[in-house]
Amino acid sequence: MSNQGPKTLFDKIWSEHLVGQREDGTNLLYIDRHLVHEVTSPQAFEGLKLSNRPVHRPEATIAVADHNVPTINRQNIEDPQSKIQVETLAKNTKEHGIQYFDLMDQRQGIVHIIGPEQGITQPGMTIVCGDSHTSTHGAFGALAFGIGTSEVEHVLATQTIVQNPAKNMRISVNGELPFGVNSKDLILYIIGKIGTAGGTGHVIEYAGSSIMGLSMEGRMTICNMSIEAGARAGLISPDQTTFSYIKGRPYAPGTEHWDQAVEYWSSLPSDNDANYDHEIVIDSSEIDPMVTWGTSPEDVVSVKGTVPNPSSAKTENKKKSIERSLEYMGLKPGTKITDIKLDKIFIGSCTNGRIEDLRKVASIVKDKKIASHVQAMIVPGSGLVKKQAEEEGIDIILKDAGFEWREAGCSMCLGMNPDQLKPGERCASTSNRNFEGRQGRGGRTHLMSPELAAASAITGNISDIRDFT
Amino acid sequence: MDKFHSLKGIAAPLPIVNIDTDMIIPKQFLKTIKRTGLGVSLFYEMRYDNNGNLIKDFVLNTSPFDQSKILVAGDNFGCGSSREHAPWSLKDFGIRSVISTSFADIFYNNCFQNGILPIVVSPENLDQLMTAAKNQIEFTIDLPEQIIKAGNHSINFEIEEFRKERLLQGLDDIGITLGYQDKINAYEEDKKNKKPWLFKKN
Repeated sequence: MSNQGPKTLFDKIWSEHLVGQREDGTNLLYIDRHLVHEVTSPQAFEGLKLSNRPVHRPEATIAVADHNVPTINRQNIEDPQSKIQVETLAKNTKEHGIQYFDLMDQRQGIVHIIGPEQGITQPGMTIVCGDSHTSTHGAFGALAFGIGTSEVEHVLATQTIVQNPAKNMRISVNGELPFGVNSKDLILYIIGKIGTAGGTGHVIEYAGSSIMGLSMEGRMTICNMSIEAGARAGLISPDQTTFSYIKGRPYAPGTEHWDQAVEYWSSLPSDNDANYDHEIVIDSSEIDPMVTWGTSPEDVVSVKGTVPNPSSAKTENKKKSIERSLEYMGLKPGTKITDIKLDKIFIGSCTNGRIEDLRKVASIVKDKKIASHVQAMIVPGSGLVKKQAEEEGIDIILKDAGFEWREAGCSMCLGMNPDQLKPGERCASTSNRNFEGRQGRGGRTHLMSPELAAASAITGNISDIRDFT
Repeated sequence: MDKFHSLKGIAAPLPIVNIDTDMIIPKQFLKTIKRTGLGVSLFYEMRYDNNGNLIKDFVLNTSPFDQSKILVAGDNFGCGSSREHAPWSLKDFGIRSVISTSFADIFYNNCFQNGILPIVVSPENLDQLMTAAKNQIEFTIDLPEQIIKAGNHSINFEIEEFRKERLLQGLDDIGITLGYQDKINAYEEDKKNKKPWLFKKN
């Protein structure tokens, strides 16, 4: 990457954070903010202790427990191992002087929900977390990516990471989004198009009028699932929508620095003639509401479509992969997606657990009842999302419709806490991964938007929001 | 970190594409606060039935593959979650090298932090190595020479120089970076002036 010439948003953030080159030729990249949760950090803190190393800049790290936490009966974590892990995070953060939002703190929630909510996430920053969905924060024009636990330890000890630059990919989506199509459909469509390894080695910049027309919540949903397309980070240019979202939040720049920050942020969007290693252009009119049928996020189809036939696969590997998925999912080729009967509905996660998502669901299920054979739960992304929803009366609408209203956390997105699918159970989920066993051993996950999940809760089958009245 | 120089042994064939880190080590084993002891839970849902009994025909449960040090797997190995428990469990089982046509970025990085060598080969070479693995042919992986040998096959592979050196010498990455402490401090001082809002205490 040269220092002269037009630059992409990624190039700009990259060069601004370059501390220097090590003798081995690798780059040291400065990390502005480090988010830490209970599952991927204990071994990192243990490593620091064993080598007697301090945390370089404790105030640049913010910690929260989210993966393991129960969504009912918060006072007592029944699983002894989960309990130890949460207690270990409290102890480690206290020992090193790191800010920790404990379970009783209203600010507690999924790490990728609370970063933006608190104004911690800002344009032009580098942000890392021992969690692959760190890509979420790219919605603000921050370079944000998931790291392993050894790297968590490295960041704690040095506030830097050893990294070489990624390649630039731009995906432009243009046009007004068709009725019933929203950010989740858009990103599922993109993953279906480029595949789960399509973005490997790249940072994906999302551009075009469809993307820039989205709210911050919608942009976060898009960037969140960049990792499902293989890209460690997604990026969207910061603009007035971004600045308005950040202004006034607890960790946002105060009035003394606001104008200076906005001036810098406004310099970040990619230069007009910047070069990309890979470009994809999509017309949004070709996108339908999308649903996954298989066990990889790339196994995606229009809600109007059918379960694919393995014999239509282009390669032998793909054919085997479809066969394996269909067997796991208990589906037959040719089945109409809207004929698939559901057992559970899960609304939440760092992909779709924000206030805007909850509002959409409430507007769809208001004065209706969920189907008698389904169990539906809604898990707000943070304590503050929950509080706001309750202030707006959303919780009452949802409970009246038959939803369970829970405390904030990752919950059934990955089922580390007691919220899990039983073998064979089929779930409409607003989360991000439909891997085998992801939501519980033998559980069958269909990823979709909150709108589709809400409509499906009412009918008990996977449903097209466009047919729903 | 453990060094990696060369490796000789049987390779286990796992011809599945998109093996994700949830498959490698499911969530219930992420509750540990240790890096060790995860080998018994590697590929848990493919290795054990609902009652916790070994599934006899799963490759890592059959002799001689239960002693494998090498795994040969389908495209896009290690996709999904960033959990370093995935390489920890592979290593604890005894796997020191994984061969595939492609790896997810975070998993690829995590391997090198744990003395595991992920090797990228072409689809044609993967087919050859998959067959060799199934036939229980002994593999030799030579990192200094960047060669995999299996029966008649001799396949060169690419690896970035710094990654190679780190494996060969078992270097402590944090220790190396701390040698640049002055540069890190100077960077911070500079940014405190230029972007003061990033250093505001809350």
